[in-house]
Amino acid sequence: MTVLTMPAQPGQDHEPRPLPWRRMAWVTWRQHRATLISLPATLGAIAVFLLIAGLKIHHDYAVLTACHPFQSSACQQLNSNFNQTDWTIGNTLLILMNLAPALLGAFAGAPVLARELETGTFRYAWTQGYGRERWAIAKLTLLAVAVVAVTGAFSQLFTWFFAPFLAQESLNVISATVFATRGLVFAAWTLLAFALGAFFGMLFRRILPAMAVTLGVYLGLALAAWTFLRKHYFLSLVTSNPAITGGRITNSSPWILNHWFVGSTQWVRYIPVSRYWPMQFIEAGWLLVLSALLVAATVWLVRRRAV
Amino acid sequence: MNVIDTEGLGKRYGDTWALRECTLALPAGHLIALVGPNGAGKTTLMNMTAGLAVPTAGTVTVLGGRPAGSPAALDGIAFVAQDAPVYKNLSVADMLHLTGNLNRSFDRAFARARLDELGIPARKKSGKLSGGQQAQLALTLALARRPRLLILDEPLAALDPLARQDFLATVMTAMADDGVSVLLSSHALAELDRVADYLVVLSGGEVRLDGETDDLLACHRVLTGPVAEADAYAGQFDVVQDRRGGAQAHLLVRTPGPAAAPARAGWEAHQVGLEELILAYLRSPGTAARPLALHAEPTEVAR
Repeated sequence: MTVLTMPAQPGQDHEPRPLPWRRMAWVTWRQHRATLISLPATLGAIAVFLLIAGLKIHHDYAVLTACHPFQSSACQQLNSNFNQTDWTIGNTLLILMNLAPALLGAFAGAPVLARELETGTFRYAWTQGYGRERWAIAKLTLLAVAVVAVTGAFSQLFTWFFAPFLAQESLNVISATVFATRGLVFAAWTLLAFALGAFFGMLFRRILPAMAVTLGVYLGLALAAWTFLRKHYFLSLVTSNPAITGGRITNSSPWILNHWFVGSTQWVRYIPVSRYWPMQFIEAGWLLVLSALLVAATVWLVRRRAV
Repeated sequence: MNVIDTEGLGKRYGDTWALRECTLALPAGHLIALVGPNGAGKTTLMNMTAGLAVPTAGTVTVLGGRPAGSPAALDGIAFVAQDAPVYKNLSVADMLHLTGNLNRSFDRAFARARLDELGIPARKKSGKLSGGQQAQLALTLALARRPRLLILDEPLAALDPLARQDFLATVMTAMADDGVSVLLSSHALAELDRVADYLVVLSGGEVRLDGETDDLLACHRVLTGPVAEADAYAGQFDVVQDRRGGAQAHLLVRTPGPAAAPARAGWEAHQVGLEELILAYLRSPGTAARPLALHAEPTEVAR
């Protein structure tokens, strides 16, 4: 069993060193140039809009908060204008932000491998000296990093843009639709959508079914996180403090999970806004793990794919 | 050294064996023609050799024992799949750069020179090239990798007769210049007659015949003689094909060696053409031999 007693295997005496990873950088860039240009370009254009609209919204909000006395008709007019005009823009973009990862996964993730299989070019790509596993790992990693970098930066800008609405519309940072658009989790959800797209593309070998299933599965997971998973990050507290159980709803109000009465005392289970970052880390963490598993499964499919 | 060794190689899709019990030892330095009808298992054999498909049974190694699909194997083999897949949205120059990046060795100067020679513009999108040009591009990319084994799956199918000649001329030049071995599948038998010096006949997923074409031609004869004596005479040989007309019987037989078939009064022995030989093996055994028009005139009585 020692090396010395091993018979010389023909062909294995010169097992070649793998080709350097950096070579895949050009390959990935050149093959996915359309995605790698159009994604930042699209987000960049929206970013310019966010910047311009955001400056106006921040200005409007500053004027509104400085308005005194608040009950005066002039101030009420400003308040009403903000809630209608500015919030229409803010709310629309909030909805788009919640859908963006799904679209990105379907349009950028699903075709990455499915197109190769659909057009037959995998028979070229997988028989080159680079080796198909390393080809797949390099390509998926590079594209995933690009997607995360671009969307991560974009969500920071969106966070700034959206800040005035939090107080004004009594939304807090852990409320369902806001939480996923900021911090770490927007990029993490986008990464998951991309990984889902690549995985289903490799599984179905067709672009359109992969896109459809990516959209469906992503929205299912996002909905599950909104309605169920986030409540169970083991961060909830229980209190009978009337300030929390019956206070006015503001942007620092906790997320009330449920409430019940003991005698005449109301008790609530809630997640305070201060748990925002732990929630971000937990959610980004499991999204990252799930994405890594999906990429690993995709590479396994590439390795195993029999033709 | 053998460029391809298979041992009991088989591939099953669902309930159907696309290839089974395939044992081959294909020597280096040949243009090996892999022939057979559609569905014979040619592409399956090539896919497994190139490492694209995983065998259901048996083993396949290339270039003297490198497992198919291993890094060492991928390094030494260039595979041009059916319909010569290239990225249609990439320019010819980009395809060159891409292939250069994906391989240890790539002779860019050779590739450029050859494309110039063929009049394929570097800036043109691959998808805008004609079918013949796409095939030539794929072949050029494969040859520029300086492989020791070139595998071409039905490269002639999409080409017009002129393009076929150009394509085969390129392959022959590479064989002469670099000593590259070639495995080429086709159902266009006529073209191969002139270029192939090693033959593998596949049918129904099984190897029917394999060997150097000269050897195969040397040990097959068509014996023509009276029908009345045919049964008695046939018993002495390994009969591949037995066709009987009104008075004459034509027996395509395998002789024990290159030596001439024993003469028998009233019988003539003729050499057999490559195409005729292939067709005879494809038709037998099994389906009743239909009348077959001889393509070539029986040339010369055997020595």
